[in-house]
Amino acid sequence: MSVLLRTEGIRKAYGGVHALDTCTVEVEEGTVAGLIGPNGSGKTTLFNVITGYAKADAGHVYLAGRKITNVSPDKVFALGIGRTFQLTRIFASLTVLENMLVASPNGRAAARRRAMEQLDFVGIAGHHAELAGTLSYGQRKLLELAYVLVADPAVILLDEPAGGVNPTLINLIADRIRQLNAEQGKTFLIVEHNMEFVMGLCDRVTVLDSGTVVASGPPGIIRTDRRVLNAYLGEDLEPAEDE
Amino acid sequence: METISRQRAAAGLALVLLAVAVIVFPVVFSSPVVTNYAVYALIFVAVVTAWNMFSGFSGYISLGQAVFFGSGAYAVGIAAKAWHINGVGVFALLPLAAAVGAVIAVPFGLIALRVRRHTFIVVTIAVFFIFQLMAFNLNSFTGGTIGMSAPFLPWTPTAFNDRFYYITLACAVAAVVIAVLVRRSRPGLQLRAIRDDEDRARGLGVRTMRVKLAVFVLSATITGLVGGVWFLYLTQVLPQSGFDPLFDLSLVLMAFLGGLGTISGPIIGALLIEPGQLYLTIKYTNGYLSEILLGALFLLIVLFVPRGIVPTAGEWLKRLRTRGRPAVPPVPTAPDPDPARSGLSGGTR
Repeated sequence: MSVLLRTEGIRKAYGGVHALDTCTVEVEEGTVAGLIGPNGSGKTTLFNVITGYAKADAGHVYLAGRKITNVSPDKVFALGIGRTFQLTRIFASLTVLENMLVASPNGRAAARRRAMEQLDFVGIAGHHAELAGTLSYGQRKLLELAYVLVADPAVILLDEPAGGVNPTLINLIADRIRQLNAEQGKTFLIVEHNMEFVMGLCDRVTVLDSGTVVASGPPGIIRTDRRVLNAYLGEDLEPAEDE
Repeated sequence: METISRQRAAAGLALVLLAVAVIVFPVVFSSPVVTNYAVYALIFVAVVTAWNMFSGFSGYISLGQAVFFGSGAYAVGIAAKAWHINGVGVFALLPLAAAVGAVIAVPFGLIALRVRRHTFIVVTIAVFFIFQLMAFNLNSFTGGTIGMSAPFLPWTPTAFNDRFYYITLACAVAAVVIAVLVRRSRPGLQLRAIRDDEDRARGLGVRTMRVKLAVFVLSATITGLVGGVWFLYLTQVLPQSGFDPLFDLSLVLMAFLGGLGTISGPIIGALLIEPGQLYLTIKYTNGYLSEILLGALFLLIVLFVPRGIVPTAGEWLKRLRTRGRPAVPPVPTAPDPDPARSGLSGGTR
């Protein structure tokens, strides 16, 4: 399989703090990849660099071999990378259906039909006429996933899709990701603190610590990797906490 | 279904009655004193609707709309003088006023639309004062403090006001139709998405600068044109009347009173505020009273109907219809950034 998304030696500093330091991550086409690491290890910063929300100080991002470093967010989306945010960001004063149409490419009737299909897929089609601001947190997560899907991106980056969501909904989200991956061959890169979710879903897991990749491999191996345990537990054996 | 079609028929009938009333208005109230109020109200309906289609939909509150209004007025005045255009021929200069508004809006937008919220407001104020200063100081071009006078139109006072009534009515109707079309269009939807979360919209492929600039220029075009009409009606423009800070504040007040971002809200705001303001200015010639009352009104709106008449009235009607029981959960006015406060969040954060 070929590498679809690749970051090469990304550096990003905020003031004197190195959020990312020579960060090289690869995601193979048609796989579900996980990105884990303690808080402040640079996961979201890497997402921001890939999707154009933050500019890399050095290094490059490649999509299917094409250099897309520091391209603006709207172009990154047009190139086929969709993302969700850790704290869901939906358009609260638009209806659920209108939210979907913001992201959809041209064509009225077709866009509407496709939007409704995607809403149905994540199970919130019944809410299409309501204002998105009235949705519960979990439903907002589903809406965010749905409107990223509308433009049919090749790669989908999910920032903590299971964070703050009840277990039933976590299972639904995991199911939908599996389905998209198996039936449509969508490629995923997922940041998540819920280990059960990551280990059960991902083909490959990359571990970040202090902005650098410390390990990468299948979940079974990562789970027992000494470097990973060090990164998470540290020498003083303080358990890592969720944000 | 039956109630919906009956509602539609009622709405259609109301619209027809409104159209008839508006068209026969100057026939019934033929006094120029009365039609003068109507002309000013219609000018403001057109301009506040143009302002709202950008600022109301996008949330970018501009206090620089007078730049386009004044420039449209000056464009007609300067062109009429330079090309020695007299009589009814000056109306042929109105497209020029629109074009001047559009041409100014492009660099204005490219600069101001890079920044958001308070910074955007401050930039629009700065551009506004640049234009006012230019009007004061480019003497040979703008006439300086003397301003510009419009060519004489050989009409009786009654005919003058009646004709301007229908001209401004056409402007107002056109502005409202364009606003409705913008709101229903794709850029309109994207603009409303920008109002909620601009960065998120960019991440969904919205070319935010292009969308914002397009509607900003459209809004300026309409405003420039109406500025030209206003100049021909008033027959003169001065730097402080063409580029009037109170003009911008009035627009904001009208939109906030009626309901920012709605179609009918700013219209209602203009129809309520402009005649009142005009009455007070005419009655108490020092003019300060209307400004003090305007300021007080602003405070009252912010305190009691912060979302405007139309959205608040809509909510009351809904509550009335459902007899106290909320039909849908109350709508939060702002996105709730704290997941811990909304229903389904777990305890992990």
